[in-house]
Amino acid sequence: MTTRATSIGWGVTGVLAVVVAWELYKYLGPAEGVTVGDTGDAGSGQIILPRTHDRAMPHVWSMIVRLFEPTSGGDSPALIVSVAAAAAVTLGIAVVGWLIGVLVGFGLSLVMQRWRLLEWGLLPWIVVSQTVPLIALAPVINAIGNQIDRSGTPWPQWLSVAVIASYLAFFPVAVGALRGLQSPDRIHLDLMRTYGSGYWPTLVRLRLPAAVPHLLPALRLAAANAVLGVVVAEVSIGMRGGLGRMLIQLAGQGSSDPAAPWGPIFGAVVLGLIAAGSVALIGVGLKDYRRGEATS
Amino acid sequence: MRLSTRRGMIAASTVALTTLTLAACSSGDSADEPTEGSTSEETTEEFEPLTEVALQLQWLPQAQFAGYYVALDQGYFEEQGFDSVEIVPSGGDIVPQDALVAGDVDFAIAWVPKVLGTLEATGVELTDIAQVYQSSGTLQVSWEDSGIESVADFEGKRIGSWGFGNEWEIFAAMADEGLDSTTVSITTQDFSMNALLDGDVDAAQAMTYNEWAQVLEVVNPDTGELYQPEDFNVVSYQDTSGAMLQDAIWADTARLDEDPAYADAAVRFLKAVTQGWIFARDNPEEAATIVYDYAVNAELAYPVGPVHQLWQMNEVNKLIWTGADFGVIDSGAWDQTVAGALAAVNQDGLNLITAEPAESAYSNEYIEAALAELADEGVEVEGTYTPLEVELTEGGQ
Repeated sequence: MTTRATSIGWGVTGVLAVVVAWELYKYLGPAEGVTVGDTGDAGSGQIILPRTHDRAMPHVWSMIVRLFEPTSGGDSPALIVSVAAAAAVTLGIAVVGWLIGVLVGFGLSLVMQRWRLLEWGLLPWIVVSQTVPLIALAPVINAIGNQIDRSGTPWPQWLSVAVIASYLAFFPVAVGALRGLQSPDRIHLDLMRTYGSGYWPTLVRLRLPAAVPHLLPALRLAAANAVLGVVVAEVSIGMRGGLGRMLIQLAGQGSSDPAAPWGPIFGAVVLGLIAAGSVALIGVGLKDYRRGEATS
Repeated sequence: MRLSTRRGMIAASTVALTTLTLAACSSGDSADEPTEGSTSEETTEEFEPLTEVALQLQWLPQAQFAGYYVALDQGYFEEQGFDSVEIVPSGGDIVPQDALVAGDVDFAIAWVPKVLGTLEATGVELTDIAQVYQSSGTLQVSWEDSGIESVADFEGKRIGSWGFGNEWEIFAAMADEGLDSTTVSITTQDFSMNALLDGDVDAAQAMTYNEWAQVLEVVNPDTGELYQPEDFNVVSYQDTSGAMLQDAIWADTARLDEDPAYADAAVRFLKAVTQGWIFARDNPEEAATIVYDYAVNAELAYPVGPVHQLWQMNEVNKLIWTGADFGVIDSGAWDQTVAGALAAVNQDGLNLITAEPAESAYSNEYIEAALAELADEGVEVEGTYTPLEVELTEGGQ
C-alpha cells in the first residue's frame, strides 16, 4: 500500500510541478516574451522566451474549463467528448501501426541474428531509415495507398496512416530484439550445443526468453512512437477523424479560442500513456523472463 | 496495486481493440465511390441520365459551401433527378481540381487562379461552368496605426500570406503597383490570426468570411471588449486590380463535350445549386444552421461556432449576390483574373501562368441553361441580398 501511495504521490507531484511551472512563468514572464535583435520592424529578431499572454499561454484552468464546453459552440458535444472520440480513432490506427511495426521489426531482428551478413547489411539501413523526416515520407505513402485504392484493391486512408506509424514503431523493436537475441552468454550457448540442439531449439529455449528483458522496453517505445506517428501522419496527409487533424483544425481558430487546441494535446498525452501502459500487460504475461530488466 | 494496474491495462487494451474494429468498419463507407458516367458511347440526345454525382469541396464544411449543403438538405438535388449527391470535403489533403481530373468526383469547387495554374502545369482541360463568387473576399488586415492603407503601402513591410495558391492576388495587386516580391518581406502565416495580433507581420491575409471575423472575436486586452473594425486597416483585394475570381464550379471539359449525359447532369446540378444558394440568400440563418449541423455531426469538421457561421453566411452572400445573375461568369472579371495571374510573380520568382488559358476554361452555356429553365419553372433567379448585422461573440461560439 505504501509503495502505491508513494508512486501516486510522485505522479501527482510531477503533474502539479508542470502546472506550477506553467502558471509561474505565465505570471512572471513578459506578455510579449523576450526577443533579441528586435529592430522595431514587424517579425524582426529572434524570440528566446515565449509570450505569456492568454492567446499564447492560456491558464491551465481555462484549458480544463474549455474541455467541458461545446467543441463548436451551440449544442455540439463537449470538447472532452470530441477529444475522446478522436483519440479512439487515433488509438485504433496506432494499434494497427504498432502491430505491423512489431512484426516487421521482430522479423528483421530474427534474420539479422541468424545471418551475421544480413546484420551488417541491414542494420545501417535501419538506422538511416529513422533519419527520413516523417512529414516527407507521409505524402509518398499516402499517394501510393491512393494508387492502390484506385487500381481496385481497397486501401482506406487510415491504412496509410498505420503504415506511416509502423515506420516509426519498427525501429526500437528491430534494434532491441536483436540485442536481446544476441544477449545469451557464451556458456549458455555452449551448453545448448553440448545438448546437440540446432538453431530452432536454441532460439525457442534460450534466445527468445533471453530477449524478453530487451524486448519489453522496445515494445513500449514502439507503442509511444506509433501514437506519435499516427498523429503526425494524420496532420501531414489530412486524414480527418483523429486527434492530429482535430488539433490543426482547432489551432486554426486559436486566435479567438486559444484554450481549445489544448484538448487534443491532452488527448495525445493520455493516448501515449495508454499505449505504453498497454504494453505493460504483455510484460505481466512474460514476468518469468523479466530477470534483469529495470521495473517499469 | 498489481491487480488494479492489470485491470486498468485490460480496460485500455479493450478500448484499443474496440476502436480498431470501429475504425475498420467506418472505413468501409469510402469504398462505394460513385461510378463514372455511362461507358457506352451513345449518339445525340439518347442517353441514360446520371443519377449519382460527387462534388469535391476545397475545404471542410462551413457556410462558405452553404448552397451545396442546403441543396442536399432541402431536396433540390432530388428534384433535379439525382438519387445521390456526395459532397466530399477536403482537409487540405485533396486538391479539388486534381480529384476532378482523376475522375474521383464529377464536379469540384476551386478558386479560378489555382485551377489556371493546374491547367497550364499539367495540360489538362477543365471548365468553369459557374462562377459562384462574383467578387473576391480576400483582405490584407493591418493595425490602424500601421499606415498601410493601400497595396502601395506594402513596400518594405512584412506581409503575411497563406501560400498554397492563396497568395496570387497579393502578387497581382503588387505587380499593378509596380512592386515585386523583393520589395516586401513575404511571411507564411497559419490559419489563425496570431501573426497579426502578436505583431509578427505588418499585414495579415484574411477572408472577409472567416479570418476577419476571427480577429473580431478576440478580446482586446486594452479595453476588455472585442476588437472593433476601427482598430484595423483593411485592404480589400476586390478594390484592386489584383482581384481574382474565387469559388467556382468546375467540370471536366472532355466529358462535357463527349458525354451528353454528363452535360445534362451539369445543367441539372447547377439548377439545384442555384436553388440552394437562393435559399441561403433568403434564409441566411437557416442556411448557416444547416451547414453547421452537417459540419458538426456528419463530417467531424470541428467548425467555429454558430455565430461565426452566420457571419460567414452573411459575408459569402455579399460575394455571390452582387446584382449580376447567379453563377454567370463575367468576362471582364475573368480577363482581370487572367491578367493578374499572368502578371503575378511570387517570392520564388515563379509565375502562376505564362500564357492565356484555353477558350474552354470557362463556359456560361450550362449556367445560362440552368437559369433559363429555373425561370421557366417560376423560380426567381434575380434578386439581391440584404445583408444582416451579425454581432460577433468571443470565440464565435
